[in-house]
Amino acid sequence: MKHMTRKATRHVNQNEGLIFEKSSAGKAAWKLPPLDVPEVDTAKLLGAAERKDLGNMPEVSEIEIIRHFTRLSTWNYAIDLGMYPLGSCTMKYNPRVNEVVARLDGLANGHPYQPEKISQGALRILKTLSDCLIEITGMDAITLQPAAGAHGELTGLLIVRAYHQAKGNPRKKVLIPDSAHGTNPATAAMVGYSVENLKSNPKGMVDVAALAAQMDEDVAALMLTNPNTLGVFEQEINKIAEIMHAKGGLLYMDGANMNALVGKVRPGDFGVDVMHLNLHKTFSTPHGGGGPGSGPVAVKQTLEPFLPKPVVITKPDGTLAFEYNRPMSVGRVRAFYGNFGMFVRALAYILANGPDGLRQTTEDAVLNTNYIRKGLDGIYDLPYSTPTMHEVVFSDKLQQKKGVKTGDIAKRLIDYGFHPYTVSFPLIVHGALMIEPTESESKEEMDLFIEAMKSIAEEVQEDPQMVLDAPHSTRVSRLDEVAAARKPVLRWKPAS
Amino acid sequence: MPYPTDFRYTKEHEWIKTDGKNATVGITVYAQESLGDIVFVELPKVGSEITAGKTFGTVESVKAVSDLYAPASGTVTEINGELATAPEKINKDAHSAWMIKVTLKNPAELNSLLSAADYEKFIAEEAGH
Repeated sequence: MKHMTRKATRHVNQNEGLIFEKSSAGKAAWKLPPLDVPEVDTAKLLGAAERKDLGNMPEVSEIEIIRHFTRLSTWNYAIDLGMYPLGSCTMKYNPRVNEVVARLDGLANGHPYQPEKISQGALRILKTLSDCLIEITGMDAITLQPAAGAHGELTGLLIVRAYHQAKGNPRKKVLIPDSAHGTNPATAAMVGYSVENLKSNPKGMVDVAALAAQMDEDVAALMLTNPNTLGVFEQEINKIAEIMHAKGGLLYMDGANMNALVGKVRPGDFGVDVMHLNLHKTFSTPHGGGGPGSGPVAVKQTLEPFLPKPVVITKPDGTLAFEYNRPMSVGRVRAFYGNFGMFVRALAYILANGPDGLRQTTEDAVLNTNYIRKGLDGIYDLPYSTPTMHEVVFSDKLQQKKGVKTGDIAKRLIDYGFHPYTVSFPLIVHGALMIEPTESESKEEMDLFIEAMKSIAEEVQEDPQMVLDAPHSTRVSRLDEVAAARKPVLRWKPAS
Repeated sequence: MPYPTDFRYTKEHEWIKTDGKNATVGITVYAQESLGDIVFVELPKVGSEITAGKTFGTVESVKAVSDLYAPASGTVTEINGELATAPEKINKDAHSAWMIKVTLKNPAELNSLLSAADYEKFIAEEAGH
């Protein structure tokens, strides 16, 4: 590596095979106490269904299990190890206080089938979180059920459809800007709408004149992400909402980028009718494989009757209850009441920060992004010069001249000890590098990132092949993605 | 770029070649370059109807899954079965690795498609974006 980075150093970590390969017949990590109930003759009970041979189940000792999974865990990269600048994903720190609260005995061991009478605390959490999110978004009502962002979109569009259906015509189309998350068109299609693409203008925003021309009474809704995937705030959002409403359409906001707005501006105040939030982005609950996610959907009063059921209501005596009698509801979209553990964490985050803390968080996220934007502008091409909020999108135009693409730069970034940024998205930027530091990063960590990116840009000029072959310091080098897709090896087989 | 002048092209990067009512459809060299290594192609069944401007299948590369848009309406008479086991043929020679053959409903639909020259102009603009 030409420039020794201050962030990453090679260090030994151990090789580890599959746990199946460690198996020795008869080894076990458990020992049962003597039988204290009458023995059962399984052969007699099960007949031919009885199975003595469990096949290739791994037989290993306890310490082998511990070492196996601990070794594997040392191969991970995580937000707890360093900056995770994956644009659009908002990989912010998951505060430990969230985890402490979620593990409180009464919460961790509560059961959704407990009678309401002894679930008042859990119901209060649902109600308080709902009230907070309604206040933050400026909407009127909310469901916490959806289990993730795309699930929230689906729920939101089911509500849109039910609303139009109740008026006699579900309508046919959903408009989606070309900068949208791929889940938006997929959602619209799942709900039975055809998708019409909206072209962005040269500033990377919705072309309002084009929208006005495309809007008609077949359009059920516009699905808009604001700020959009370029990190650009749709400044004509009021006009956009007016155009939609004038023809009876609804404005859906994908709240994936809500972390740029919290405490500053409320979607409910700029004309949004229905939106989802990602608790695992904006509200600091764990993200990715460690999730699960949570995608509450907030609506204006006109859409409230269509919310999934049950909803939490306050009874005349002040206690809380689930209300199931909702004839217009789109129905239940998730078992029980959603991913309750995430509600606890998100509420802990909201209450720990308070209104001023949440506002500061938003400002810091935007400040951090613009610090990186300023640090890398000119070194990487910035295709849209419009001011950006919580994320910034560069392109690989300057590096392409040497045959190096965004994916190659991302692989090289791994050598510098960072998780890659988001590669090749949004689609309106050819060869996109999408970077989102979130408010979690210190100036020092961001300086290391900027230094790494500058160093890679130099390497591209001096030794492009080295970058094309990256990563070099990882456990495995560049993988053959084509072979993996064309000739996948999907299961382990014992050596015979 | 060698874009055959006897083909017509869509802005979604399919080509179509006709012989009276019979047409052959595939994707362009530009499309396969943008997609990268193609690993899977999903095509309609023989006998199914396709509609101009609507999807008739998908093409999957290591980078993305993309819809295939019908350049014209008609009935599928044959599919290129070779692509099931050798999708890389599209990367090698996109203009001969055809995907489907179609009996056209209305050959006049082709008049609204791009000529080779117009298509080359179109992709030059798109690449410059």
